[in-house]
Amino acid sequence: MKFLRDKIDQIKKPFGKGEKFEKFAPAINALDTFLYVPNHTTHKGAHIRDAVDLKRTMITVILALVPALIFGMYNAGLQHFSQIEGSDMTFMPLFLFGLWKILPMIIVSYGVGLAIEFVFAIYRGHEVNEGYLVTGLLIPMIMPIDLPLWMLALSVVFAVVIGKEAFGGTGMNILNPALVARAFAFFAYPTFMSGDKVWVADATTVDGISGETILGKLAAGKEVGYNTMDMFGGYIPGSVAETSTLWILVGAAILIITGVASWRIIVSGFIGAAIMALGFEAWGANALMSFGLNHLVVGGLAFGVVFMATDPVSGAQTNTGKLIYGFLIGVFGILIRVFNPAYPEGIMLAILLLNVFAPTIDHYVIQSNVNRRKKRANVNQLKTA
Amino acid sequence: MSKDIRIKKGLDLKLKGDAEKVVSVVSRSKVYAINPSDFNGVTPKMVVKEGAKVKAGEIIFYSKNDESVKFVSPVSGTIQEIKRGEKRVILQILITADSQDIHLEHSKKNLKDLSSQEVKEQLLASGCWPFINQRPYDVIANSADTPKAIFVSAYASAPLTADVDFVLENKTEAFQAGIDALAKLTSGKVHLSLKGKEKSALENISGVSIHKVFGPHPAGNVGVQISKIDPINAGDRVWTVAPQDVATIGEFFLTGKFNATKTIALSGSEVKDAQYYTLISGAQISDLVAGKIKGDNVRIISGDIFTGNKVTQNGFLGFYSNTVTVIPEGNEYRMFGWMPFASPSIHSAQRTGLSWLMPGKKYAPNTNLNGEERALVVTGEMENVMPLDIYPMQLLKACIANDIDKMENLGIYEVAPEDFALIDYTNTSKLEAQVIIRKALNLMIKEVG
Repeated sequence: MKFLRDKIDQIKKPFGKGEKFEKFAPAINALDTFLYVPNHTTHKGAHIRDAVDLKRTMITVILALVPALIFGMYNAGLQHFSQIEGSDMTFMPLFLFGLWKILPMIIVSYGVGLAIEFVFAIYRGHEVNEGYLVTGLLIPMIMPIDLPLWMLALSVVFAVVIGKEAFGGTGMNILNPALVARAFAFFAYPTFMSGDKVWVADATTVDGISGETILGKLAAGKEVGYNTMDMFGGYIPGSVAETSTLWILVGAAILIITGVASWRIIVSGFIGAAIMALGFEAWGANALMSFGLNHLVVGGLAFGVVFMATDPVSGAQTNTGKLIYGFLIGVFGILIRVFNPAYPEGIMLAILLLNVFAPTIDHYVIQSNVNRRKKRANVNQLKTA
Repeated sequence: MSKDIRIKKGLDLKLKGDAEKVVSVVSRSKVYAINPSDFNGVTPKMVVKEGAKVKAGEIIFYSKNDESVKFVSPVSGTIQEIKRGEKRVILQILITADSQDIHLEHSKKNLKDLSSQEVKEQLLASGCWPFINQRPYDVIANSADTPKAIFVSAYASAPLTADVDFVLENKTEAFQAGIDALAKLTSGKVHLSLKGKEKSALENISGVSIHKVFGPHPAGNVGVQISKIDPINAGDRVWTVAPQDVATIGEFFLTGKFNATKTIALSGSEVKDAQYYTLISGAQISDLVAGKIKGDNVRIISGDIFTGNKVTQNGFLGFYSNTVTVIPEGNEYRMFGWMPFASPSIHSAQRTGLSWLMPGKKYAPNTNLNGEERALVVTGEMENVMPLDIYPMQLLKACIANDIDKMENLGIYEVAPEDFALIDYTNTSKLEAQVIIRKALNLMIKEVG
């Protein structure tokens, strides 16, 4: 091990302080710190530090995404072969088909996004933040499988530059960058992002298949054709990895047990959506309304609530605020679904909307603490007066 | 009226190297030192010159901003050197000690007969005043103020620190005298907080309102106790004194001498046979630790592991320190140490490590940062170790932005750097919260006063 360390130190030498390539140090450090936790020690403040760092936190999120991603790859194959070729196959070939389709998307997303991150880190002279490791995986997971790679790349550029770096980089952005990418693609290339031809791989090559999402069918007044268990399991068309509520909940369990994501947002998000769905079911004016609690297992709701709404940077930051924020995401998600027949998937817009309002929610939560403090001071003055 | 204090938020870190309850005397150092940097916000004005002979308890310098606050020599000897830094800032005053102490004798007076003003004058003249700290701002008390209450926390909840009851075992009489003196200084009460679960000799102290404190660290922090007993509002002044310093104050009134001798814990995983020692404040660290340290790549801390100052063997024991902690330095690389659940030998308060599954395990942490500084991303983690009714991350951001109004609103008057020590320790972004709070408090002193 000593040999490897020495080798790296030797490679890093020209990037040291006062050396030729000092400016590019953030780039080489980002690579080095993936191999080794650096030898930095405490100087001020507490002399010892917790083992956790941002890398560990972000990698935990990626671990939580893996079950949904693997199922998404399998489901890509399943949808393709069952709808287009009409053949039955075992898990492995279906998974490999999906892998072959989805891996390039992940590579493009990471390649483009990390390149921009490195450039900004060098330009600003700070270390590369790990946030994009999660964003870069989320983006392909919420796109339709047949989205051309150059569109994906463009969405990534927009998300990272306009959605994140323009605000000052990691920790400063207002909107969830992954959702910014999806929103960009959705409004820039609507024909590739909705309809009945985009959700099943290679569907455009065949006429007359029903490759719509459940919500698309409901909005168009068609039969759903799947039972609740199929929808919960995720054996339905949809974006790459958002179909399986089951595997998303496994991810949610990982996030909640490790404490990486706020259980408050996840739980209150599902509660908000459930209350709204039940309310509309009682109203029952159309198929989307009568869908009831099935709303919770279709579309991007589960994925959005578990992996998108819980982004700590763009979400609410206070504990009370998180409960309100999550709840409203659930409520607005279903509301937009039901009242917007042109675009029945509302969770993306609901999260982006609440991202914007999260600071306002926090403001009022914190203000109550401020008021309590002021009141205490006033009562005290009265007593002494 | 006594009130129990129970807190839930915080963290009890179990560390190797607790001091055994045995006391030895450290042989007299050749050189003692006073570091003005121990006293926040004090600009020293020298009274003696290099080469001057001083008695123990004789004034060395006073504070430029409050000339009545005087700082005295811990030993009798000769002023060896006044070390200065940039712009002639006084860094350290070295005193070559005589072989035996000759104390400056103050006339002994019966505390009962003294007025509040006379007690104050005695404390100022004796050099005991710097033991009295003020909240807000965590600085030496202003001698012109009358605080609304005085708080003494006899519960050291931070890991590896000196046990207060043990240190004060034979000093109960002096402690009582110190409390009696402090009681004369406040218009309100003197509050004494004790560790909840244990019987304490200090329970019999009279003239105080006793509180039993339950809960994890920072339950012993006096700021946490203040917030539960009688919170600080804008404009309020409360004073705090550490328990051993109360006894020193008491001893002064009983004997008429300023005695800088104290009992400290020498602890930490790198100490052989960790135990307690008696020595004089300002003693050279090497006299304390010589032959007692295991490795050679160690960090010596004057103070506790969370809030103390880094010192070398040539350094000196800090004025307020009652613990010296020695832990391994962590200037080494750790392969893939960032992976979730990796490095189980390093404690983590988060559940992305394995520590939460091994609640009884004792750790021997080193000084590695375990990561690099990052933007503030994770939310909610600071709240878990902050028992005060404030929003720590929002307050820190206001401090970074020097936004005084916001800092006031979010409770800057209620906090001291030590209350943010656990945030230093636990936060994912490796933010140095104590430094930020100290800077903000200094700004508040300048702008608001």
